[in-house]
Amino acid sequence: MTDDRRAFIKKSVAIGGYSMIATGGLLTSPEANAEWLAETTSTDILQQTIKRLFKDQEIIESDKIDIQIPKTAENGAAVPITVTSSLNHVESIAILVEKNPIPLAAKFELSPDLEPVVSARLKIAESSAVAVIVETNEGFFTASEKVIVTPGGCEI
Amino acid sequence: MSSIKIRTKRIDGKTQIRMLIAHPMEHGRNRDSKTNALIPAHFIQELTVEHNKNVIITGNTGANISKDPYFAFTLKGGNPGDKITISWVDNLGNEDAQEHIIN
Repeated sequence: MTDDRRAFIKKSVAIGGYSMIATGGLLTSPEANAEWLAETTSTDILQQTIKRLFKDQEIIESDKIDIQIPKTAENGAAVPITVTSSLNHVESIAILVEKNPIPLAAKFELSPDLEPVVSARLKIAESSAVAVIVETNEGFFTASEKVIVTPGGCEI
Repeated sequence: MSSIKIRTKRIDGKTQIRMLIAHPMEHGRNRDSKTNALIPAHFIQELTVEHNKNVIITGNTGANISKDPYFAFTLKGGNPGDKITISWVDNLGNEDAQEHIIN
């Protein structure tokens, strides 16, 4: 199942890339295309996930979301994270790990009886950004934090 | 024995709910060290927390959550004697639930 999905993602990225080259050649410079392709390979899956989850909603960067997570993690198998938000009327909190093959870790829908605080432990395959998307009745807000995973503890 | 351990603590009129669930949380990309066969994905998909029969949290979790997952939430209010019920369903259809009374 995983292999199929990977193959599908690879194909869709490839097809997307080719069609962009085919059409983009007429509209934009080749440099812009190269940049676009480089960007897709790294964050494309994250963007796809976000699109699937939140459709085409506008997501705004916010400093009212606090992510407590170690900057360097010796063990990527269990990285503690606490998300605190000072936004009003929080409806859901989603946690995504950018470079994991499937970025979405968890999405919690919280009732108004709860404080907007969520703790969990994440698996992080490689050094990556951890993004949090908070849904409120006024829209979507995001913040992210980078985590460096040191395999074995000997490498820096 | 239930797979869910629940602890609650009342702090400044709020109630902290912590849970520890025994679950392998396999993401389907690990290989068995002896047979080198892929270990099938096995992870919790849905998590529900109820407070006196009102659903307060519904969560969708994926395999990016660590093995034996730990979650903590904070409830506004909450009184001694209130009942907290936590239940989960995994991708293979297994499920479990546990009740807890706030001290």
